[in-house]
Parts: sequence; C-alpha cells; structure tokens
Amino acid sequence: MLSQLLFLLLLSTGIFFFARRIGVIRRNIKSGRDWDGSDRKSERWATMARVALGQGKMTTRPVAGFMHILIYAGFVIINIEILEILIDGLFGTHRVFAFLGPLYNFLIASFEWLAAGVILACVVFFIRRNGMAIARLASKDLSGWPSLDANIILVVEVLLMFAFLSMNAADAIAQSRGLEHYVMAGSFPVSSWLMPLYSGLSDAGIIAVERGMWWFHIAGVLAFLVYVPYSKHFHIILAFPNTYFSNLNPKGQMDNMAAVKKEVDLMMDPTADPFAAAPPSDEPPARFGVKDAPDLTWKQLLEAYTCTECGRCTSECPANQTGKLLSPRKIMMSTRDRIEEIGQQREANGGTWQPDGKSLLGDWITEEELWACTSCQACVEACPINISPMGIILDMRRSLIMEDSKSPESITSMFNNIENNGAPWAFPAGSRGDWTQEV
Amino acid sequence: MSAFHIPTMAELTAAGQTPDVLFWVGCAGSFDDRAKRITKAIARILHASNTSFAVLGQEESCTGDPAKRAGNEFLYQMQAAQNIATLNGYGIKRIITGCPHCFNALKNEYPELGGTYEVLHHTQFIRELIETGKLRMSGDTPFKGRRITFHDPCYLGRANGEYLAPREVIQKLDAELLEMRRCKQNAMCCGAGGAQMFKEAEPGEREVNHARTDEALETQPEVIATGCPFCNTMMTDGVKNAEQESNVVVKDIAELIAEAADLLEAPTA
Repeated sequence: MLSQLLFLLLLSTGIFFFARRIGVIRRNIKSGRDWDGSDRKSERWATMARVALGQGKMTTRPVAGFMHILIYAGFVIINIEILEILIDGLFGTHRVFAFLGPLYNFLIASFEWLAAGVILACVVFFIRRNGMAIARLASKDLSGWPSLDANIILVVEVLLMFAFLSMNAADAIAQSRGLEHYVMAGSFPVSSWLMPLYSGLSDAGIIAVERGMWWFHIAGVLAFLVYVPYSKHFHIILAFPNTYFSNLNPKGQMDNMAAVKKEVDLMMDPTADPFAAAPPSDEPPARFGVKDAPDLTWKQLLEAYTCTECGRCTSECPANQTGKLLSPRKIMMSTRDRIEEIGQQREANGGTWQPDGKSLLGDWITEEELWACTSCQACVEACPINISPMGIILDMRRSLIMEDSKSPESITSMFNNIENNGAPWAFPAGSRGDWTQEV
Repeated sequence: MSAFHIPTMAELTAAGQTPDVLFWVGCAGSFDDRAKRITKAIARILHASNTSFAVLGQEESCTGDPAKRAGNEFLYQMQAAQNIATLNGYGIKRIITGCPHCFNALKNEYPELGGTYEVLHHTQFIRELIETGKLRMSGDTPFKGRRITFHDPCYLGRANGEYLAPREVIQKLDAELLEMRRCKQNAMCCGAGGAQMFKEAEPGEREVNHARTDEALETQPEVIATGCPFCNTMMTDGVKNAEQESNVVVKDIAELIAEAADLLEAPTA
C-alpha cells in the first residue's frame, strides 16, 4: 500500500512538472503572429503520417536514419510495457498482462529485442557524436549545453533500457526459484544474457534487484518526461504537430505580405484620396518583417521548439559548405533561445512582456548570416520534419530592408535599378526588346 | 537584320490578333549578353515549331523576385501589380519563360495578387513541342553520345518539383546524361539565388559556384547543361575558374535543342 502511494506521488509529480512546462511552451508558441493552418486537412494528416509517423525523410542518410528508426520503434512499442508498469504500480499487481499467455511472451520478447536495438543505436550515436569527426555533430553550433543535452539523452536512454533488461533478468530468476508473487510469465531472449550477473544473489537480493530496477526504470521514465520539454529531444512530441502544419505549397512560394498589399492597392487605386488620414486603430502598427522572436508566426515558433539540432540543414547549406557564417540550424536554435528568454521574462513579470532592449535580429542573428542565404531551399528539403530555417531568414531580411533600410550597397543599387528601369541592372527599360532585332 | 520577326503583344493586339503563348523573357534574358543567346535560342525554337507567340517588349518589367528575396516586399508588390495589370490587360492565359525565378514568381506568387496564368518553364514547353511532333530532332544530333550533365536550378527543381522535363529533353539529344553526385532535390545551388547575383558573396572560404562547378566537373562532362540564365553565368564563371573552358562548355538546354533540332526544315510561319 505504501509503495502504491509512493508510486502515485511519483507519477503525479512527474505529470505535474511536465504539464506545467507544456503550458509555458504553449504560451511561448502562441505569442507569435497568426498563421492559418486550418485548410487541406486530409493532406496534412497524410503528411504527418508519412514524415513523422513513417519517418519518411530519415533514411536519406542511411546510417543515422536506420539507427533513428530503431530508437523510434523502441520508444513507441516499449511504451506498451510502460502501461503495464503504470497499472502494476497503481494497483499493486505484478505483470498484470501475464494472463495474455503466449501473446505476452511474444510482447516481452519483442520489447527485449527492441531494448537491445535501442542500446546499440544509442551507443553508435554516442560514438558518432563524440568519437568521430562528423562535421554537423562536431560543429560549434553545438558547443556547451546542446552537445551535453544530446549526450545526456543517449546515456539516460541506455540506462533506462539496461534497467528494463535487468528487471526482467531478476524477474526470470525469481520465477525460476518460485518466489512468491513472481508468476511464470514472459520470454526473456535478451535479458537472459544478464542473468549470470545476478544469479549468485540470495532470494532477497534478487527481489531487491528486481524491485530496484523496476523503480529506477519508472522513476527514470518520469524524470525523462519532465526533462524532454526542456531539451532538443522534445521533437519526439512536436514532430507530429509540426509536420501536420507543414508548408504544403511549392517550396519556392514566398508569402505575399497582406499589409504591403493593402498599401500597394491604395497606391494603385486612382479613386483613393492620397491625403486621407489613416483610419484610427487601437493597435500599434505591426512591424514589417521579423526583428524579434514574437514577430514570427506561431508556426515558426513551433518549428523552433521542434528542431532537434540534427544539422542536416546546415550540412546541405551551400553558404555553410563554402565557409560562410550562416548555419540554418543555428537560426532555429537562436530563435528558440530568444523566445524561451522572452517567455521567462513574461512569466516573471506576471504574464506581460516588457521589451528588454534586445532582439533576435542583432543580438542572436547577424546581418552577415542573413545575407549569406541563396534561398535555395536545401535546408527546407533536408529537414526530416519539414522545418523552414529559410523562412525565418527571408522574413528577417524584410525587417532589415523595410524597417531599418539596411542593405549591402549593391543590393540598394539593385532596388534602385528595378524602380527606375524595371531591371536589376542599370540598362534603360527602352532597350529591353533590342534582342529581337538580333535573331 | 533579323531572320524572322518577333511580334510584341502591342503589335498583335493592334492587328486584332491574340497569340497562343506569351514568351516572358526576363531581365537577364533581355539585357545580359550571354543570356540573350539563350533567349534567341528559345525564340528560334518557338518560331521553327510554328508556335503562335509574342513578347511584351518594353512593357515587360522585372517580376520583383530579387527584390522580394532581398526583403523589399514593397518593391516586389509594385512590380507585380504593374506586370499583372499589363498581363491581364492583354488577356494573357499561357506564359513560357526561360528564367526559373520569373517562372516561380509568375506561377506561385502572382495568383494571390490577381494574376493567374498557366506558366511553363521553357524545358517543359520544349518537351511538349517534341511530344506533339511540332519540333523534331535531326537524325544525327550534334550531341549524339556526348557527355552532358545537368545542373538543376533551385527554382525549377526544389522550388517547384520539376526534375523530369529538362532531363527528358536532354535525352532527346541522344546524349549521355550524367548525373552529379548531388542532383534533383539534393542538388547544390549555383550561388546566385536570393539576390546573391547582385551582391558580393559574404566572407567565406570559397565561392559557391566554384564548389558546384567542381561537382559538375567530377562527372567529366563535355557540356554542363543549365536551365536558368543565372546558373549559366555562375557555372560559366566556375568553369573558367577551374581553367576548363577549352574542355567544357556551359549551355542552356534551349541552346542545345536549337543546335540539334531541324529548325530550318520546320514549317515557317
């Protein structure tokens, strides 16, 4: 009974902190601008099914893709076991699904094989991150916390899987000794390798290992639950809404700013009164483009929280490949850092945010990074969960130009040429058709 | 002295005629000497295939693409409004263009601003001409067995998912089509997009076009085929930088087709 209460306390603590953190992230994401993703529902579900559920873009890199699918399958399927652990913990039962008989044996055996697969993949990932000079994983983008975050996740996953297998090994020994409560159930193809580790223990020792690993495993899972939304690892949840809200238009299509269209329509309307005062409005005029994180749409902020910092975008970026400062991954990481900071200030200030004199553009992301982008969409194509760093880059250029009139001199000349001659170069518009005389 | 006359929309409209397609030339195609050769090749193909077409001439203006991607939405929308007024004024239904950036703007970004047209990249239109028998290849094309690699323009490929049309057209040349290590959706940019064409590159280790040209040269091509005037400039510069200009030529697919097709034997308008 005491252990059931302790379990309930542990479970509710984990869920409480998880839910509280989700609330914060939800508020942060919703502080972005409007974006309408309510259209084309069946296409959205299909995209989510293919890209997130089906891992459709992962295997473009075969090694990382295959290993990732191992961990993904392990995570999803082993969660059936978590259900049993929850019921056992709350109601004081032991292996409550054992009545399923052969099916139960099959399930436990497959969980064990998956656990072994997860351990293998995590070890490979750990070596790739720390022992091999893989550019996107050794990048300075990840120095400090991001790199530690990745390693914590890998180590914790290995520990959890080890605890799960040890629990089974001890349970199997307890079953073979006919100890009380330990019903004959399950099939232990992997944990049987661990049995020699524990077989020398007394009956009390075996029970201590089994119970200890059981508690360590579930406590670890709950700690992981609380940790995940503070980590890049949150993609395990957000990948689903993020791919649901994927951009379904051609990648080359850039949005036409509605606020600008209104101005241009007025300018082109011969009946409009050029001296008319602007209609009164309570709202301050919105900024053109993106200067700070709240100028982004909620979808873009969702992307920032979804990014798992794999760096496929950066490794495909032609600017990055040729040594320029731009790293699309860093654009996403900076965006998340900034909206996180604003969120913390807002929570500390009772729910309203006072501008702090800093901005995403300038303090996190520099003009040099923005001007290195060729808008080639390689980063968008490379992202396994359909994030668009390019969208943020181009939206920030809009702020540079339309709010701050800051552009490289040659870009200013290009604008002037288009305004004056209708072409980005200084050729007279009248000579546009001259080539027709040369065919 | 020109071999044939290329009518403008203004001329045809004055004569009470409506062409089937508008040839949207684009700024590079109108002003850049190298790109003008591509434009002329497209015009020769249109003429020889008996396509009823016209250009806007002086009434064409920049689509606004480089301004938009450099952040100047105002300038872009002013350009778009002006062009849409012109295009709608003439009742244009179908547009072909040799520039993937114009193609993308006209096809994807103009509809919401009031300009909806069927827009084709010239390689798509050439494929249509070949399929419908309006354009025939010589029995022995000058490119038979030649090694040709195709550099995907970002704004035709990734931006709009068109990887097949240029390749199918190249295959009509009886050439050996070589794929680069990174092609189609994984193709590397030439470095010109997003208004980079009009500015110096940011500080770095090397130029994007040099890196991409290296990938093209790895296939040991005789011809690097392009489908975008900006890619053409960048790859041409890359080949010069690699001192390979005596071994490798950079040509637009329209130029290859114009050289290979029975243009002279085709019925004339």
